[in-house]
Amino acid sequence: MDAIFLQILNGLDKGSAYALIALGLTLIFGTLGVVNFAHGALFMIGAFCAVTLQKLFNLSYQVIDETQKDFLGNPLKVDVPYLESWFGPEFGIALMDWSVPLAIFFAIPIMVLVGFVMERGLIKHFYKRPHADQILVTFGLAIVLQEIVKYFYGANPIQTGAPDVFRGALDFGVMFGFEPNAIIYPYWRLVYFLFSAVLISGVFAFLRFTTFGMVVRAGMADRETVGLLGINIDKRFTIMFGVAAAVAGLAGVMYAPILAPNYHMGMDFLVLSFVVVVVGGMGSLPGAVAAGFLLGILQSFASMNEVKAIIPGIDQVIIYLVAIIILLTRPRGLMGKRGVMEE
Amino acid sequence: MLGLNRKDTTFLIIVVLLTLFTPFLMQPFSEGSAMAQFNGGYPDLMAKVAIFGIFAMGFNILFGLTGYLSFGHAAFLGVGSYSAVWMFKLLTLNVFPAIILAVIIGGVFSLVIGYISLRRSGIYFSILTLAMAEMSYRLAYSVLTPITNGETGLQVRATDPRIFDGEGAADYPNLFGLELSTSQKWEVLGHVFTFNVGYYFCALIAIVMFYLSMRIFRSPFGLILRATKSNQQRLSYTGLSTRPYALAAFVISGMYAGLAGGLLAAMDPLAGAERMVWTASGEVVIMTILGGAGTLLGPVLGAGAIKYLENIFSKINENVLHEWFHFMPEWLADPIVFILSRFTGEGWHLTLGLMFMAVVIFLPGGLIEGGQRIANRFRKKPPEDDDAEHHPKAAPHVAE
Repeated sequence: MDAIFLQILNGLDKGSAYALIALGLTLIFGTLGVVNFAHGALFMIGAFCAVTLQKLFNLSYQVIDETQKDFLGNPLKVDVPYLESWFGPEFGIALMDWSVPLAIFFAIPIMVLVGFVMERGLIKHFYKRPHADQILVTFGLAIVLQEIVKYFYGANPIQTGAPDVFRGALDFGVMFGFEPNAIIYPYWRLVYFLFSAVLISGVFAFLRFTTFGMVVRAGMADRETVGLLGINIDKRFTIMFGVAAAVAGLAGVMYAPILAPNYHMGMDFLVLSFVVVVVGGMGSLPGAVAAGFLLGILQSFASMNEVKAIIPGIDQVIIYLVAIIILLTRPRGLMGKRGVMEE
Repeated sequence: MLGLNRKDTTFLIIVVLLTLFTPFLMQPFSEGSAMAQFNGGYPDLMAKVAIFGIFAMGFNILFGLTGYLSFGHAAFLGVGSYSAVWMFKLLTLNVFPAIILAVIIGGVFSLVIGYISLRRSGIYFSILTLAMAEMSYRLAYSVLTPITNGETGLQVRATDPRIFDGEGAADYPNLFGLELSTSQKWEVLGHVFTFNVGYYFCALIAIVMFYLSMRIFRSPFGLILRATKSNQQRLSYTGLSTRPYALAAFVISGMYAGLAGGLLAAMDPLAGAERMVWTASGEVVIMTILGGAGTLLGPVLGAGAIKYLENIFSKINENVLHEWFHFMPEWLADPIVFILSRFTGEGWHLTLGLMFMAVVIFLPGGLIEGGQRIANRFRKKPPEDDDAEHHPKAAPHVAE
């Protein structure tokens, strides 16, 4: 029982990342009708926003400390971060420690800007072209973005730590009456799950309860009629592209402490997120979220040793297998709407 | 000749001549001159061009004719490589059994994957093939390690049984004793031309495959495939089920890919799972689009261009660039070298991505369309007139 509980928890953080990326993909697909293969690159850029902020916060200058000596007997040179000298040791170090959560505020404007530039500069010209062309051009864009990041940050993964408060792990089982130490769950993964839950509900609330969101939903259902009513739907869809980019970026920012960012993490997540979108149903936002969590949890179940003993290698392929079975039996996906990209 | 009309025969002969004289064509600069680094006439590169030409030709039969965009073709290439290396290990280092098995296994795999994937079309098809290929790649890395040798890759070893090879048989893939790595060098007027058995073997197969794809393009079967691309619904209203035809095209292209994989293994007898990763499938898509999807020669040109540029660009590092621009004053040369070196050497993939985007955006028909546009310009015949006559633009929708 506790093993099952643990696997569900383990699946949640990966599932959250899948759900957030798939949510953005579905938003773009539902509004603009564009299949965006560069969405994984947006996730990656988000993660590197966290890396960048951490590097910026750790910029430091050298001070000669007369009281300490190095092994040659010379006065020791000590690196003092600028933040520490500006804000005092306590607040400065706290800032450095909290760089990943603070990167959220740093990443939002960047990601929205990247999204606007992408949509206005490139994707706008591909609305009328076939889906194959959209896939190809965004695939090319993903390669370009990935190479640019590789040039600036190198090919190796960069460790980006979570704040010290969240370093440890929570003995989760005790709260639910299990044995102590049976279910241990790192704090940061819990934070990630809560963060993604907030973000997902935020996007849904935005679409459901604001006038802007209502217009966007109307546009998703029937773009032409909304246009005929004198509403500039293109402008709103561009903003939605920015929102989708920001969602993917924030998913990346917060994922940085879980997986050290490297330049090809976007591509790795992209394939899985597409599978998630298809399983959830093309164009269905709740479907994308549900499928994201479902596949994340399934994946963590498949990596249990007991399961692997029965079917070897299942942990590597479970997601693809589920996708194939679902596409063949329920072509519309779990919650796909009638008439949205059926063929 | 050979069931082709006059125009196609001429075309085929030109292609044959081009292929046979590639060792000259790709070696235009004399040895020791400053331009010698642009020479591409070494056997390894030429064979790769031929092999990836075959791969792209096969992909084109599926994508160019039917419009089904598969993102999983590298899986068939990888499977072909593995089966070829297994033939080397078990039977003999003669390439024929290896290549025949590679084609068969490529065909069987594509039959299975195609049968499942082709139940959907459009973007779903792309994602299904992507999922299938990614699954094969992951399996090759993990559970199938006894067959694929995991991350190390499958290699031919001295301890392998090789039951048909007697004592003292060649230790390298060969054609009935003639090793594929054998080269003949010919020096003329400072040029060095290399004639390699392996290249000519691949080139001959590539020519046969080109002929086959030409026949497919011109056949009634090819016509139905094109019809699938332009209007599937209409085709099914006339009582034709398109799926068997699309499946046939898929299997044919899978066999081409298997063959290419087998040849890759024949040129260099090892096989690794990284050949199956999905970005490798993306590469063949890039080749086909760059050359021109749906044209006969396009994919081969695209494969040639990409493999050649990859080789040349990867070689140009900052030192080479500095040598080129050393005639300039330093304050001018340094920034130029800095900018150029971002796109060469390590930055080759950046160039590839930019090139690919540019082609998709500005030249959807690829290099072939570019060539035609230039040719039209020179004929002083405005292409727009031609267009309006033969392809009347659809009347805009009332709703749009």
